[in-house]
Amino acid sequence: MVATPKPQQIDLGEYKYGFRDEEDYVFKSGRGLTRETVEEISAMKGEPDWMLEYRLKSLEHFQKRPMPNWGAEELAELDFDDIFYYIRPSEKMGKTWDEVPAYIKDTFEKLGIPEAERKFLAGVGAQYESEVIYHSLREDLEAQGVVFLDMDGALREYPDLVKQYFGTIIPYADNKFAALNSAVWSGGSFIYVPEGVKVEVPLQAYFRINAENMGQFERTLIICAPGSYVHYVEGCTAPTYSTNSLHSAVVEIIVQEGARCRYTTIQNWSKNVYNLVTKRAAAYKDATMEWVDGNLGSKVTMKYPAVWLMEPGARGEVLSVAFSGDGQHQDAGAKMVHVAPHTSSQITSKSISKGNGRSSYRGLVKVHKGAYDVKSNVDCDALLLDETSKTDTYPYMEIEEERVSIGHEARVSKVADEQIFYLMSRGLSETEAMSMIVNGFIEPIAKELPLEYAVELNRLIQLEMEGSVG
Amino acid sequence: MTDAKNVPMLEIENLHASIEDTEILKGVNLTVNQGEIHAIMGPNGSGKSTLANVLAGNPEYEVTEGSIRFFGEDILELEPDERAQLGIFLAFQYPTVIPGVSMANFLRMAVKNVRNARAEKSEGSVKPFTPREFRRLMKEKMELLKMDASFATRYLNEGFSGGEKKRAEILQLALLEPSLAVLDETDSGLDIDALRVVSEGVNNLASDEMGILLITHYQRLLDYIKPNYVHIMIQGRIVQEGGPELAIELESKGYEKLLEEYAQPA
Repeated sequence: MVATPKPQQIDLGEYKYGFRDEEDYVFKSGRGLTRETVEEISAMKGEPDWMLEYRLKSLEHFQKRPMPNWGAEELAELDFDDIFYYIRPSEKMGKTWDEVPAYIKDTFEKLGIPEAERKFLAGVGAQYESEVIYHSLREDLEAQGVVFLDMDGALREYPDLVKQYFGTIIPYADNKFAALNSAVWSGGSFIYVPEGVKVEVPLQAYFRINAENMGQFERTLIICAPGSYVHYVEGCTAPTYSTNSLHSAVVEIIVQEGARCRYTTIQNWSKNVYNLVTKRAAAYKDATMEWVDGNLGSKVTMKYPAVWLMEPGARGEVLSVAFSGDGQHQDAGAKMVHVAPHTSSQITSKSISKGNGRSSYRGLVKVHKGAYDVKSNVDCDALLLDETSKTDTYPYMEIEEERVSIGHEARVSKVADEQIFYLMSRGLSETEAMSMIVNGFIEPIAKELPLEYAVELNRLIQLEMEGSVG
Repeated sequence: MTDAKNVPMLEIENLHASIEDTEILKGVNLTVNQGEIHAIMGPNGSGKSTLANVLAGNPEYEVTEGSIRFFGEDILELEPDERAQLGIFLAFQYPTVIPGVSMANFLRMAVKNVRNARAEKSEGSVKPFTPREFRRLMKEKMELLKMDASFATRYLNEGFSGGEKKRAEILQLALLEPSLAVLDETDSGLDIDALRVVSEGVNNLASDEMGILLITHYQRLLDYIKPNYVHIMIQGRIVQEGGPELAIELESKGYEKLLEEYAQPA
């Protein structure tokens, strides 16, 4: 997603990442999910017993747990029996791109990942279907003790650390999709930043689905030791199919005393992907957790990055941008849970809807009893580009303490005809005018991104805008 | 454009225009040539701003009769961006706010589009600007209009004072180099210092190539920008025309007498 093709190469108005590769896999599970599938995944990975047991408990919970009866109505159309739960594309993970099967390497070249790696990243993980097929970390960071591995590799190399934290922030019984991920997880990232180490250049993971009806279940765990800093970025795309695919990740983050973690997502799945993700961080004394969440693609996204503010001085922030075009429902937001006094949080949500697209902000601010001197502010802005698009806001507040300061503001606006006329009178086409207004609308969030990602976000939105003017 | 000398730059004939089924312009005739400065004066509600908006192609107004030709070409069917690319510029009375879009980004795109269109037409005599040329030009024009460099990074018209908005409009005029500049009440809301800066800006830009249409309620602006022709508009028609002396006469007489004279029964 950090591809920077020249403008004339852009295929305007179409999803640019919808191409697919011929399947040439080492292993592909059958459709549907059974106990045998889970045992097979675990055996192929040569996992310790505790992980297999964890997977099986999770599976049991997943099977018992009903579908959520809230969020996107389209959930009802998702058929778990249609999905492939595990695909291993190659025998081993590459440490250089030359070790990656040529066709997969080509795909990541098209997505611009090796180029971005050379230019501005400190480390890269590239996942194709169920497995991470390439991983790198700059040597100087490795020398400082930074660990950046795929999750499977971490379970082999740092079993104690994984066992200590895995599933502690998001237990398998948290929700149906967390249970599903806990049962069939594969790939994802593991990051450990040692005390006081600041990783100034972003680490990036890229998730690519290729097969039809694929289910991708990466699992990510990030541990920021006291006083450390890391910025992790993830991007994702998939081919366009007429049938559904499923992406259901679990991301757990621990931000210890005085540490800061920033997690940036630019989600750009094709419009047949259900994106049902659970993301949560625990922030301890004087720690800061920031989620920057850009949701552009997918058929349905239900995602509410959360921060649990565990100790005094902890700070949480979510910046969320959602774009819903035809046939899309973005049900996105954030959760801030104030467990300790003297904690603060900020949620800024901006959504854009066009055609029959629908964007919902769904968020929770919870303040536990005893968490006094808490500040929390929620700011939601929805922009409708036409008469047919829709937006809703579901701001949940559970405040059990009185000595708190809670703010909430929500606005819905439409692009004004006079804005379009003004820009057109300066020589911009109607589409250019609309794109400029939309890019301006998300500017407060785009400016928080590293330049390359801000450019990418603006470009993706511009692509979404093509053909949007009737 | 090579035979442009033979036809007027702007030729408006019997123009009728309505907004929401209410007729505002009721048969306007006006010709403006390159190098000329015309002032259109009139009381509130006379249709001056409607004329400006119709020239720029505001879709809120419907032209029901008559024609507008620009260098001989009928422009009534053209979109606002196409008109801008032909060389028509409207400095708005109330420039709109575009949150989150910096002046520099906006200007870069506007200048690129207009300049590219002109370059395409010129068969090589006009070239698109390089990014470096654009930056230098923007800096130079901003200095000319006594605008602080920080203006370039501010969001378009957001939090601008009245004077800043008008200055920003003239900056756009300076960078887009149109053949026809329509200034809609550019003097309104300006204190005397701002009026002087804006007027000097316009005077510096005035050339043999550019025609200017000044739309104003008051004679005050005409002390700073000297028109060659003055037209007085009442109730959607131009009722009197003359030289600069007409504006001075109007200032002393006021509009009321004219209104009595030319008012049509509703």
